[in-house]
Amino acid sequence: MSTPIVPNFDDEAGSGRKLAIICSKGNLDMAYPGLILANAALGEGVETHLFFTFWGFDMIAKKRMNDLKFSPTGNTAMHMPVGDIRVPQALAPMPGMQAVATKMLKKQIADLGVPEVPDFLDQIVGAGGHLWGCRMSADMNKFTEADLRDDVEGIISASDFIEMTDGAQLLFI
Amino acid sequence: MPVTTIAGREVHVDAEGFLTDPAEWDHDLAAELAAAIGIELTAEHWKVLEFLRKDFATQGETATTRRVQTVGGFATKDQFALFPKKPAKKMAYIAGLPKPRGCV
Repeated sequence: MSTPIVPNFDDEAGSGRKLAIICSKGNLDMAYPGLILANAALGEGVETHLFFTFWGFDMIAKKRMNDLKFSPTGNTAMHMPVGDIRVPQALAPMPGMQAVATKMLKKQIADLGVPEVPDFLDQIVGAGGHLWGCRMSADMNKFTEADLRDDVEGIISASDFIEMTDGAQLLFI
Repeated sequence: MPVTTIAGREVHVDAEGFLTDPAEWDHDLAAELAAAIGIELTAEHWKVLEFLRKDFATQGETATTRRVQTVGGFATKDQFALFPKKPAKKMAYIAGLPKPRGCV
């Protein structure tokens, strides 16, 4: 009798892999790439650390994380996801445009069953992901750990983060 | 399409070993599939597997960990505890379903 075909889940090989994602953007659309990749990496058994810095710091700030915005202004690649309709750049900064764009994007994301940012971070932490706040961003915003999500493991310096992610694959978003 | 022998019977699988015909699956087979990847099934595992089977029957797609959490009601943390490291793939494998195709 031949050996049964069983998937190789590579449990041992995955144990050494580490991923570090630096989230530097606070736009609603640019919050997602890091979260989706972190979630995918965790689902593959990869140790994952997220470092929130500059505008990305808003993603973990209690009073800002529910209010990330999406704006077509300055985004020359911007078009509707379906139908290739473009908003002329001159109209992009019009009053109300950001609110409309944000609402549309939120709906499209929700329709795909993808959670809002705070909920997504809950899931990432539940999957074993580690969240870190940037020291300089905290100082600039005059924020302490009390202003951040409770599951942020600490406010650390850039060098602390580099040291901690020794040997990790690194993504800057 | 390869055929492999698990629990003393022939089942159709893809190149990796995931079942390709959900109808060939039953509880005895699930226990063998789980054992093959080092998992001993408990009552908690069964609840998740039953949700996956039921959801697949109505959706035609394997639930992602997100869906197992929001629709099935099993916390992400618990999924990782029951099916360590790669819950989405391991749950699908034991439930005799294809790997989930969704990103989240």
